[in-house]
Amino acid sequence: MQARNTKSPAAKPDFMARLMGSQRSWDTNLNLFLMALPGILLLLVFAYLPMLGLVIAFKDYRFAEGIFGSAWVGFENFRFLFGTDTAFRITRNTLGMNSIFIVTTTVGALAVAMLMNEVYKSRMSKYYQTMLFFPYFISWVIASYFVFAFLNGDGGIANQVIERLGGDPPSWYRSPQYWPLILTLAHIWNSIGFSSIVYLAGMLGISPELFEAAKIDGASKLQQIRYITLPLLYPLIIILVLLAIGRIFNADFGLFFFVPRDTAMLYSTTDVIDTFVYRSLVQLGNISMAAAAGFYQSTVGFVLVIAANWVVRKINQDYSLF
Amino acid sequence: MTVETRRVARSWNRYRTRALLGQWLVHGLLILIGLACLIPMLLVISISLSSEGALVKEGYKLWPVGFSTAAYDYILQQPGQMLRAYGVTGFVTIVGTGVGLLLSSMLAWPLARKDFRLRGALSFYVFFTLLFSGGMVPFYILVTRYLGLKDNILALILPYLVTAWYVLILRTSFAQLPTELLDAARIDGAGEWRIFFRIVLPLSKPVLATIGLFFVLRFWNDWFLALLFINKAVLYPLQYLLYVLMRNITFLASNPQTTGMPIPTQSARMALAVLAFGPALFSFLLLQKYFVRGITIGGLKG
Repeated sequence: MQARNTKSPAAKPDFMARLMGSQRSWDTNLNLFLMALPGILLLLVFAYLPMLGLVIAFKDYRFAEGIFGSAWVGFENFRFLFGTDTAFRITRNTLGMNSIFIVTTTVGALAVAMLMNEVYKSRMSKYYQTMLFFPYFISWVIASYFVFAFLNGDGGIANQVIERLGGDPPSWYRSPQYWPLILTLAHIWNSIGFSSIVYLAGMLGISPELFEAAKIDGASKLQQIRYITLPLLYPLIIILVLLAIGRIFNADFGLFFFVPRDTAMLYSTTDVIDTFVYRSLVQLGNISMAAAAGFYQSTVGFVLVIAANWVVRKINQDYSLF
Repeated sequence: MTVETRRVARSWNRYRTRALLGQWLVHGLLILIGLACLIPMLLVISISLSSEGALVKEGYKLWPVGFSTAAYDYILQQPGQMLRAYGVTGFVTIVGTGVGLLLSSMLAWPLARKDFRLRGALSFYVFFTLLFSGGMVPFYILVTRYLGLKDNILALILPYLVTAWYVLILRTSFAQLPTELLDAARIDGAGEWRIFFRIVLPLSKPVLATIGLFFVLRFWNDWFLALLFINKAVLYPLQYLLYVLMRNITFLASNPQTTGMPIPTQSARMALAVLAFGPALFSFLLLQKYFVRGITIGGLKG
């Protein structure tokens, strides 16, 4: 009797506390879920529903019948897409230009980051960063005006320079052979500030003692770069390059659409998967073709991202996306 | 001074001179690269301030030829379209940034909470959208046919409100808030919403500023959604208007016959570009440090 008396007052609050606790935890979880709900729904609509919509690549899409009403056609759309030269052209341009961008931007950004690292303590370094970073804030529509100011047939700066040197300036917007170079320059211009900051952050993380020791041993600046900076940055470089390779199937639509001003005569070097999908979809209304190319891009892109991430994970788990 | 010390002093001096020369070389190179980044902008400003006649005769110059503000006068006399575009872009940017920041934070905070049961599943739900996307075609059909948002200003806002990348950066930052403060608030009986609005958000001003800036730039610079969903001229945002004008400058003159004034084609086009990037440039100069911080927090690991 006495034992029961002593036991129950002790047990009661404990039980109550547990009940209250789980009640509170239920409340907490419910409220947190409600808080997240609008975001969850927006992602559902704008990210997940389009994933399901990829099935239209296997349908003969008719606007009136919608996605569900349109008839299945199996691989017909793909046969049509890969039966043309276009599929090869857009794949080559996308992969080719993105490869050039990866190499040039990595080398350029590393070089700029090294220069910035040398003068990091100077008051000027802030101004350099601002100047280099500025293009990143400019949309491709406006950048296309910038490029136009250089390449315009009447009065463009590039033409004036070539004429001054005694050359005969080409008609840029009619000469596809120059565009890989022009697009590469535009891409470096746009991205160098951003990319160099990531590398600079990596360099600033290197212990200064290493450089002091090297200086005492009489190592020149170039030797210090070759034997200290670069080896210590390799993991970061490899990882950023691999992640870029994971996205190699996705071109920067704005760059390839606005900078060449959507000029048909330049398509042989400037048309990429993204611009082709847009043109087929909105300008030509060829939804089946656009859907097939889009499906091709989404799935190959997904495989590449997973593969690249798998490799990154092998090298260094901290840098992998998942 | 012994011979030995003199020798050391000389080699030290030589070392310093070389180091100084090297420093000047680095500064010189950086100035050149920096100018290369700025020159296109300076060129466009210079063209916009040149007189049309001089441009035709002499070509574009880095310094205005035959200085004239005729291009700006012309644009300001046809303000309808330009003002409207500013209005659309301003509205989209303000509403989009405000709502986007709020909804993204509301999604990020539960994901940062260890006691939230759905944390793992929802984190994956958000993260997966970074890896795989349905692409343009299903997105276009969804918005135009099923949501019926063609030529609707909501089509310029809704798709960008929640972006996985921003949510993950916010989550990382929220997870670092001191738990003592939150526990204290809970003991005082504050509910989850109160904690979120009164403690989490005010303590996270720096990351909110960073992500807010990302949002502002994204909405201000966006042409993509208009390219897909907007046909009506009254709903053109600024960037899209610029794209249309690049192809056809006469679009600006609502009625070219009656105005009677010849259009300063070349300079007006560039003046429009200046009017469009001016505000973006200004906000960039003010807020650059937040942006750099955002890259270094979120650049690698979400």
